Amino acid sequence: MHIPDGYLSPQTAVPFLALMVPVWGIATKKVKEKLKKRQVPVLSIGAAFCFTIMMFNLPIPGGSSAHAVGAVLLAILLGPWAACLGVSVALIIQALVFGDGGILAIGANCFNMGFVMPMVGYYVYKLVKGSANEQSGLALIAAAIAGYIGLNAAALITALEFGSQYSLFQAADGMPLYFMYPIKVAVGAMMSEHLVLAGPVEALVTALGLRFVGSTYPHLLSERASFKNYGNSSEVANHV
Amino acid sequence: MFKNYRNLWLALGAFIILSPLGLLASGTAFGEWGVDQLEEEVGFIPAGLAKMADLWTHALLPDYGIAGFDASFIQSAAGYIISALIGVVLVAGIMSIFSKIVRD
Repeated sequence: MHIPDGYLSPQTAVPFLALMVPVWGIATKKVKEKLKKRQVPVLSIGAAFCFTIMMFNLPIPGGSSAHAVGAVLLAILLGPWAACLGVSVALIIQALVFGDGGILAIGANCFNMGFVMPMVGYYVYKLVKGSANEQSGLALIAAAIAGYIGLNAAALITALEFGSQYSLFQAADGMPLYFMYPIKVAVGAMMSEHLVLAGPVEALVTALGLRFVGSTYPHLLSERASFKNYGNSSEVANHV
Repeated sequence: MFKNYRNLWLALGAFIILSPLGLLASGTAFGEWGVDQLEEEVGFIPAGLAKMADLWTHALLPDYGIAGFDASFIQSAAGYIISALIGVVLVAGIMSIFSKIVRD
């Protein structure tokens, strides 16, 4: 899902970069306000985890590949804005150091995987889980559904960005200048890969990740709940 | 930073070591073909794409590997693990520095 340079016109790529600047600004403000000091290492580990999980390419029949992202797991554990920053840093390092995803395309890639995915995933998780406990079976099912829908939302947006180039930017002879297939083809290819293979893997990663964190460090899950429900009580507990 | 979340760091380490599993899927993802692959995958190279494709040529470990060190799966796997390790250090390091803004 890492769009390389040249697949999006500059007229598309640059506005996405411009859009991400205020998004990163809001995310920074939210993280500063809401994240707890003891959650900081989890954000570092979580961002690094997203970096690594994206290296696990899954084979798609026909010679293609796709991968999970981990953004929804981060959003559930730390909130969608913290996830936005963590995934964005992973994507920027991937582009600069490893040539995975374009430089001008950083804005679009961070929007797709670092903004749309954790936001959609986070609210799907909240909606499905309802008032159930963060460590309940329902929470795990909600996490799986959220991971599945979050990744596919990102894949759909990516496909729309790709496909729109075909109709919007053509040379005088009608040849596409950037991405070279119509929107139908882009959506069909991206969605079949992510609905059938990468989505279920993302669902597993999200649910198993939540279960692993919940069983090894239960306070990380109750932290968010207690922070919200009891206001300062968790702060008091911190200092005792 | 390390002692409080030892199990999470260990899990991350396991992912780094297992990362070469990702090399088994050798196909290029949809819409990520390199210029050298486009002729075969698509049949032509769009003019605008050709101009922008090589915007960034400073990737130190292109495609998560050491350039010229990919003669065998073992070499690629070693390059992949080293890439995962360097990526994890960079990403976790940057996030830790950035998180100094958190005051509680």
